[in-house]
Amino acid sequence: MRSQAGNDAQFLAFVLGSEEYAVDILRVQEIRSWEPVSRIPNVNPYEKGVVNLRGAIVPIIDLRERFNLGHSEYTPVTVVVLHTRDDNGRQRVMGVVVDAVSDVVDVDTAAVQMTPDFGARVSTEYINGIVSVGERMVMLLDVDKLLKLDGGDDDQAH
Amino acid sequence: MTIDMAQFHQVFFEESFEGLDAMESGLLNLDMGDFDAEAINTIFRATHSIKGGSGTFGFTEVAEFTHVMEALLDEMRDGRRQVTQGAVEILLGSVDCLREMLTAIQSSQEIDSARVAEHKQALDRELDSGGVAGSVLANEPAFQRPGDASAVADTVVQGWRIAFSPHVHLLKTGNDPVRMFRELAELGELTVKVDFQGVPDFQQLDPEECHLSWDLQITGDISREQIDDVFDWVEEDCDLAVQQLTAQPGVEEKSEDTGQDRSEPAVQKLQAAEVASPPNNEEPASRRREQKPAAKKAPAKPAGSSSIRVDTEKIDNLINMVGELVITQSMLSLVGEQFSINRMDQLKSGLAQLERHTRELQESVMNIRMLPINFVFTRFPRLVHDLSAKMGKKIILEMTGEQTEVDKTVIELISDPLVHLVRNSLDHGIEMPEQRLAAGKPETGRITLNAYHRGGNIVIEVCDDGRGLDKEKLLAKAIEKGLVEDNIPMTDQQVFELIFMPGFSTAEQLSDISGRGVGMDVVRKNIQTLGGNIEIQSEQGRGSVFAIHLPLTLAILDGQSIAVGDETYIVPLVSIIESINVSEDMVNRVAGKGETFRLREEYLPIIRMHEIFGVENVRAKKLCEGLVVVVEGQGVRCGLFIDDLLSQQQVVIKSLEANFRRVEGVSGATILGDGSVALILDIPGLVRLSNQQAAKAQQSYAETA
Amino acid sequence: MPSILAVDDSASMRQMVAFTLKGAGYDVVEAVDGEDALSKAKAGKFDLVVTDVNMPRKDGISLIKELRQLSGYQFIPMLMLTTESGTDKKMQGKAAGATGWIVKPFNPDQLLKTINKVLG
Repeated sequence: MRSQAGNDAQFLAFVLGSEEYAVDILRVQEIRSWEPVSRIPNVNPYEKGVVNLRGAIVPIIDLRERFNLGHSEYTPVTVVVLHTRDDNGRQRVMGVVVDAVSDVVDVDTAAVQMTPDFGARVSTEYINGIVSVGERMVMLLDVDKLLKLDGGDDDQAH
Repeated sequence: MTIDMAQFHQVFFEESFEGLDAMESGLLNLDMGDFDAEAINTIFRATHSIKGGSGTFGFTEVAEFTHVMEALLDEMRDGRRQVTQGAVEILLGSVDCLREMLTAIQSSQEIDSARVAEHKQALDRELDSGGVAGSVLANEPAFQRPGDASAVADTVVQGWRIAFSPHVHLLKTGNDPVRMFRELAELGELTVKVDFQGVPDFQQLDPEECHLSWDLQITGDISREQIDDVFDWVEEDCDLAVQQLTAQPGVEEKSEDTGQDRSEPAVQKLQAAEVASPPNNEEPASRRREQKPAAKKAPAKPAGSSSIRVDTEKIDNLINMVGELVITQSMLSLVGEQFSINRMDQLKSGLAQLERHTRELQESVMNIRMLPINFVFTRFPRLVHDLSAKMGKKIILEMTGEQTEVDKTVIELISDPLVHLVRNSLDHGIEMPEQRLAAGKPETGRITLNAYHRGGNIVIEVCDDGRGLDKEKLLAKAIEKGLVEDNIPMTDQQVFELIFMPGFSTAEQLSDISGRGVGMDVVRKNIQTLGGNIEIQSEQGRGSVFAIHLPLTLAILDGQSIAVGDETYIVPLVSIIESINVSEDMVNRVAGKGETFRLREEYLPIIRMHEIFGVENVRAKKLCEGLVVVVEGQGVRCGLFIDDLLSQQQVVIKSLEANFRRVEGVSGATILGDGSVALILDIPGLVRLSNQQAAKAQQSYAETA
Repeated sequence: MPSILAVDDSASMRQMVAFTLKGAGYDVVEAVDGEDALSKAKAGKFDLVVTDVNMPRKDGISLIKELRQLSGYQFIPMLMLTTESGTDKKMQGKAAGATGWIVKPFNPDQLLKTINKVLG
């Protein structure tokens, strides 16, 4: 059920270690289970490799490793969330490995608190705000910043 | 019989646009002082074809317009008129105008009559001036409308008496008197008297010659013109006297006079024709033509429809492949119907054949979409010509690699960015002639367009020998505009990149050449949309090179898959020279410079793939345990040390940059038969990577020592 | 049915001519220029040749001249497709052995009428 309030947005919440994060559901293309990737040489360790997504070559990054939350073994229940990012009018797709998807939450954007310096383990750089869902605190991730690749992004000519 | 002429329109437009391109490049070549009759004839021929087609398909305005162009070109072709710069410019303008007219008609839009009139006037003025007496062509009416040939003149008489004496060679022109009489008989009542007098003796008789003559009488409501029509083709091949049967006996009209009737106003004739023409002919094309294009029932495909012109050779190739595929398929189904285990070999070979054919078919299909980059390049001579004239600069344009093939989509999308870059070079790169002379350079500047394949990319370069980018100025501007902060050290490359930032323009004032509100930022964005990138090299005072690298997104590559540990990579087959087993005694190790091995007279560096790519679970650690593949890329040779060679296969090149980014040593990726992704190696990149790592190793070695 | 060789370097004109004649039941072979036509004429047998005049690789007039030298082509009708401006061309064509001409622009009906006339 969609809420009646006009400024509501839906977010997909997922678990990383002991914390819960969420991304704008409109930016989620699909959710897949983990499958082996082809490694790419000489890139960041959290950039696990690429997979074939219906003919397109899509990179997969491990969010735990990205946020320095340690590595956990991939199992068949490990989840890959495919995000889209608009890069100067061109859509890019990237998969993000998370521990598990937990929920779809309705968020009243007015109720989003700006990030306090309250000791989240993730750099606040990637967090747009915090929202409480029942008893839980969910951190809203900035997908664009998150997916902006380190080390020679697309804006760099080679 | 009614035929829908609209079905030929698309072909007519296509060939006309091609003709216009030919005219344009022909005119541009004339311009450079390259006068020769054949060149002008080529231009003339294209004009003539468009005129003929447009008249036939009912595009009267186009026909009339080309008629004037043709008149001018005809005089040039015959040497009756000098080829002047002015005339060439007017003709070039007319080519543009004609292109607009055709485009408008094609998309069922109104023709801009004012613009057409303007160009036509310019052509007329040119024809009048410097013209030569006796310009027959220009004074003729553009066209008689279709239907005129059977037009009926106004004088109607009771009948005609015709004295017809063919010359002996008449039959050798394919004309048959009997056919003409039959035609006359259709007009009215005909009586024929033969005169045998001229027939020689039987011994001297040549059956191929005609020695008979005839006295004909025809009665009925027949015009002189109808009679002339029948004899039109043989006027020169016979003696003909035509006499009116009534009213004015004794007044002979010479057949030579017939030309007069033709100059009567077309309208009058047309009316006559409509009254007189038989019912099955009742809607002459001329009438249909008068309708506005917009009123056409079924307009042809919208402009810019995505058709593709394909070399017939490519299609033939495709048909052959399909033929083979069908044979293989029927062979396989035969094996399948009567299958027993002892036919296993047949099945296997059939499947192998099927695989080969499928692959070849795929290649051929992909190939159809590949077009030479020339499709884009052809517009530049004109662009450079026009703009340099406008700016008072002297510029030569050179093009190489026009035949380099790229995907059709790339062709379509790269055009605008390239135009912008060329404009940019013209406007900001090349200096004014006096500035060039003052700088000790030749007065005439040079812009070069190069296209070539490199790995899975096509590279298109726009080079100029102009003033180059001024780093100081670029930086000052960027700081002034607040695009970068002061005092941040930047490499040359980073400074050049500034021109791609939104809102950046190096010209002191916007000119109408390149300052059209579209910046270099848009150029780069468009190129990136295609999965490519753009690089700048520039030297102040010497010139700049803008190199566009584009992936051949649909390209196929012959690949050799190789195993490195658990990983599979693809090496382009073209870059493989040989693969050898290297024993330790062939190898030299130089501290900090890595390993080399001797192959015949050459020492080649060894690149250990697992090391530079950080691969784990490697089987071969010692050189003798694995294989060295000798490869070459851009003139650099080296040996890749790998675990094993796997299969050879054709792979479809996919972009790694579309969703990720460029990775050194890798030119792209592909999808293997099992659905997994394999990276395609870029040999020059691997060499660079290996050198970097060696340098790093040396550095750390130096530090620890 | 009589067979016709239709020669024109302009694809649209050629198609129009061929389509019209085929529709009327003639066998039509197309050639894209004079050279092409000459080799097709040598390889086959035609009852009529209809050719454009201004073409690359052998124009229509040279074509007619050369065809008239071939056995089987001395007496058959050969028609030129020419524009009104080509008065000289008509005469040159006649000298080369052309039977007659069809003046451009023409519509399919006119074309058929003329062809039927000479093949009638």
